[in-house]
Amino acid sequence: MKIEGKVWKFGNDIDTDLIIPARYLNNSDPEHLAKHCMEDADPEFAQKVSAGDIVVGGKNFGCGSSREHAPIAIKAAGVSCVIAPSFARIFYRNAFNTGLAILECENADQLKSGDHLSVDFDTGTLLQIESGKTFSTHPIPPFMQDLVNSGGLLPYIRKRIS
Amino acid sequence: MGMTITEKILAAHAGGDRVVPGELINARVDIALANDITAPIAIRGFESVGATKVYDRERVVLIPDHFTPAKDIDSAMQVKILREFAQKHELTHYYEGGEAGVEHALLPEKGIVGPGDLVIGADSHTCTYGGLGAFATGVGSTDLGAAMVTGEVWLKVPESMKFIFKGELNPWVEGKDLILYTIGDIGVDGALYRSMEFVGEAVTGMEMAGRLCMCNMAIEAGAKNGIIAPDKITQAYVSGRALREYTFYESDPDAAYVTVKEYDVSTIEPQVAFPHLPENTRGISEVGDVPLDQAVIGSCTNGRIEDLRVAAKILKDRRAAKNVRLIIIPATPAIYRAAMDEGLFEIFMDAGAIISPPTCGPCLGGHMGILAKGERAVATTNRNFVGRMGHPESEVYLSNPAVAAASAVAGKLAGPNQI
Repeated sequence: MKIEGKVWKFGNDIDTDLIIPARYLNNSDPEHLAKHCMEDADPEFAQKVSAGDIVVGGKNFGCGSSREHAPIAIKAAGVSCVIAPSFARIFYRNAFNTGLAILECENADQLKSGDHLSVDFDTGTLLQIESGKTFSTHPIPPFMQDLVNSGGLLPYIRKRIS
Repeated sequence: MGMTITEKILAAHAGGDRVVPGELINARVDIALANDITAPIAIRGFESVGATKVYDRERVVLIPDHFTPAKDIDSAMQVKILREFAQKHELTHYYEGGEAGVEHALLPEKGIVGPGDLVIGADSHTCTYGGLGAFATGVGSTDLGAAMVTGEVWLKVPESMKFIFKGELNPWVEGKDLILYTIGDIGVDGALYRSMEFVGEAVTGMEMAGRLCMCNMAIEAGAKNGIIAPDKITQAYVSGRALREYTFYESDPDAAYVTVKEYDVSTIEPQVAFPHLPENTRGISEVGDVPLDQAVIGSCTNGRIEDLRVAAKILKDRRAAKNVRLIIIPATPAIYRAAMDEGLFEIFMDAGAIISPPTCGPCLGGHMGILAKGERAVATTNRNFVGRMGHPESEVYLSNPAVAAASAVAGKLAGPNQI
């Protein structure tokens, strides 16, 4: 599976309060969370982001709280994939469990906002379309892609049972 | 090759004799915990797979503590989901109203968690229970929802890091300062995916409050868990309190560690973490002139009776500066009552403090003391991220209770020796 989208670049240690501030956690509706996605890092992000766009972060992306609202907000905002050199442990697991694809790429710092990026989950190859430069990372195995396409772990299990 | 305490607990819960770092295990869960923010999604997941029964009604624990007493209609709706689920499934451990407390203070206090347990919680500070010698880690709502059905969780066995704290603590230095100092040294991802094991005489000489506080903030270095081997002090704390049988584990002398760090605590002064990451630590003598608008003493990190006693020592016969709102939040009803019985409330009220009911409240910018644009707070909480306690342009400085109390009096960041 391949995706293509515009890059939105963020820095190191993007914490879960930046991804979705706790003041919005009195409601877990994905549409509500999407409206406030990344609000304290970039107040206009939710308005500017288009379906299929890609978030690129620095090291330790998603540190802090265990709130699953963080990957839910990013996914509901239309983001197709998050790429970073490293992810915080709980966020990593929550992302796949809620159907958000994420990729660890140690050279993610070479990407910048506005780049157009093509991502091949099967080969783990990133292509910076303007420059033609490629980056390699680990592929997402077919069952994990299926999990993402199903919308997360629980829908994936339901699909397999039926 | 021997095993670490973390590996031993994981092995015992995976039904084997040994595990090695990197190994994937399916482990039995002693306690599965969620709160009013994370439980609604876990319950939605639980019901979406067609589950009708929790794996054990005494082991699935729901604590509404984040936005409680409900701060608005949406928060009340979330708590209602927990309440109805707890009633329907006849959960033993559901605490609301006058029984409600901050989850990571309440569970050890009530003996719901104990040494040797494997605990998962849909809250990142679940790692607090490592202070009792348990393996405890934070997970998301989906993993928690699945464990509510099966009583199991899959885990990757973490590599262990050993932190040795030698020497004697300086006055006003406590567990909070040691963990802040450590995070300042290794960074907010310095223990990513790993286990942090705390040893040495400065740790073994510490009461349970300090141990729980140190393990509480292991997540702020990215760790999977923090842990301290149980001993006589642990025994004294859990006896007459533990609701289930417990087991003391300890690391073998030849256990393997990826890193061993040694600190001489006699060189460590009270620490303050500057905005906007817990790793931005400075000694209290190096903080400079930082005027404050608010001081918060409470939370799952420092809302225990020992913390309130320290604050009272500083605040006795003193007053918070006119420009500082001092908010004190006993973490559980039992702590609240003890503080009242010991006369601490009188000291706090004479100091001009607001005494809040038990709640996570301002720690995560929920309620009970939200910061306006440009305001600054010193807090005994665990995170100082952008917007953590309110407006995105506000600031949070993390400290121990003595520094927070002294700063409230001084009206700016200050140590107990500066007032």
